[in-house]
Amino acid sequence: MLEYISNHYNYWVSILLMMAGLYIVIDHTNLLKKLIGLNIFQTSVFILFISLGKVDGGTAPILEKGYSSFSNPLPHVLILTAIVVSVATTAVGLALVVNINNRFNSIEEEEIEQIELEEE
Amino acid sequence: MIAQHYPILQVAIPLIAAPLCSLLPKSRLPWLFATVISWFTFIISLFLMQHVRSHGVVTYALGNWAAPWGIQYHIDVISAFVLVIVSAIASITLLASRKLVENEISASKHSLFYAAFLLCLTGLLGIVATGDAFNVFVFLEISSLSSYALIAMGENRKALTAAYEYLIMGTIGATFILIGIGLLYMQTGTLNMLDLQVRIHEIDGFRSVHAAFAFFTVGICLKLALFPLHHWLPNAYAYAPSIISIFLAATATKVALYLLYRVFYTIFGFEFSFDTLNLGYILLPLSIIAIVISAFTAIYQPDVKRLLAYSSLGQIGYMTLGIAIGTQAGLIASIIHLFNHAFIKGSLFLCMACIVSRIHSNQLVHLAGAAKVMPWTCAAFVVGGLALIGVPLTSGFISKWYLVLAVLENDWWWLAIIVLFTSLLSVIYIWRVVEQMYFHEPHDKCVGVKQEAPLLLLICTWVMILSTIYFGINTSYPVEMATLAAEALLN
Repeated sequence: MLEYISNHYNYWVSILLMMAGLYIVIDHTNLLKKLIGLNIFQTSVFILFISLGKVDGGTAPILEKGYSSFSNPLPHVLILTAIVVSVATTAVGLALVVNINNRFNSIEEEEIEQIELEEE
Repeated sequence: MIAQHYPILQVAIPLIAAPLCSLLPKSRLPWLFATVISWFTFIISLFLMQHVRSHGVVTYALGNWAAPWGIQYHIDVISAFVLVIVSAIASITLLASRKLVENEISASKHSLFYAAFLLCLTGLLGIVATGDAFNVFVFLEISSLSSYALIAMGENRKALTAAYEYLIMGTIGATFILIGIGLLYMQTGTLNMLDLQVRIHEIDGFRSVHAAFAFFTVGICLKLALFPLHHWLPNAYAYAPSIISIFLAATATKVALYLLYRVFYTIFGFEFSFDTLNLGYILLPLSIIAIVISAFTAIYQPDVKRLLAYSSLGQIGYMTLGIAIGTQAGLIASIIHLFNHAFIKGSLFLCMACIVSRIHSNQLVHLAGAAKVMPWTCAAFVVGGLALIGVPLTSGFISKWYLVLAVLENDWWWLAIIVLFTSLLSVIYIWRVVEQMYFHEPHDKCVGVKQEAPLLLLICTWVMILSTIYFGINTSYPVEMATLAAEALLN
């Protein structure tokens, strides 16, 4: 059992981060902290992808004499794209938070809901 | 031959046009440019449709890398059909958009606004055109990120919070899809959808394949706004700039639905989805709840755009209900409704855009007596409303007819009664708007209005409205396409 856990520890880390990230997104009312949670959640998926590209005993996928076994480079390429997407999402999210702060004077979800209710 | 390059041109033209558009000076040019580009994509999609119908599936290998390794664009009947819908709606909304954008967006942002619009169009077309699972994720994020920015440009400051909520939910949805892709890649070592289909059958029974299916379903349903994952949608549609409400309401959820077809029928296959995992058991109750609850909620909305947004949630329910029935007739009904609802809801939001352009309010009470000052717009709303309810001679009737037929094929009388009952509920909420427009003394906001909506906007609205009547009388095109598409998806 212990060996099973230790052999798959990067998957466990990924699941742990995934749950932590999702929990932050759901639980926190601060808009900035929600974005941080979202980032952690996305990062956990990157770790999942990178883990599944690993080949036991394989080196980095560079063509060089003396090495015959390589890690699968495709997940790395996919995750490079996903990181770009994640950065863009964070940028748009932060821009929205800045604008929300300018027009509501708050980045606390409950306060903003209160202001919106009073408007109606 | 140029025909082979249609799939990539469909996506690449708006993609290249978007950054160019952002460089254009403050004037009418960005509008003109974006409109011309969208009509280009529309014409290409029509050619593509023609080609698919006469020659069968069109494939395009990006960079000439052969299929399972490289990214392949794969256009069959259903993709060509959805491409036509998306690009048609985009070209009509952009044509109608000039006055609306001038009213609602500050002049310095026009070129960026149209650039983001083109990016959103690129993303939606890309999702439909591609045959590669990871490429779907990339295009999904292109369309989502640009739509967050577009929604946030709404005049009301609530547009910002609506866009933020959509960003959080949308990103969770897209990341779920990414996890699904990862799990499938782990088991099969491929990202090509057709290759996935073959390999999943070979390794049937793995727990991670089941998990991937769950992640895909939940992720796409978040994007689709299926109950109970719909919370982001009403605010996003209600506070977005009018033009964006039209475009997103008519296309974004439809493309998500297309993705659902692809995952259920192409990647995992009908037997896996419906026999092994009993998808119907979960999708059927959720669809019914979505239909009933959203109809009741729509009745109590004081804001007409929100009312239409809740009605959209119900209509999405009808479409997933078609899938949940789990027969070919159900799938056909779902695809027909996808087509018809895109035009119906597009035209209703266009009517609201006409009203907002003159009365400057979405509130139901402010529309009192609007028919006296804007007779053409209000008449269009009535026809669109009738189509939404599903009155004969409108396209909405055809959707409901095929849906009820599909339900009765399974001998589910109670479900047919629910469908008819919720249609009656939609009579109530449409009637509330029509009553305000026609049978009330003009509200102060209406009194000052001297003229109808801008002519081009009004013409576009009526083109959409007349199309809902045309497809209600001459049903052969959507029905034939839906039948061909359903046969292709199920085999």
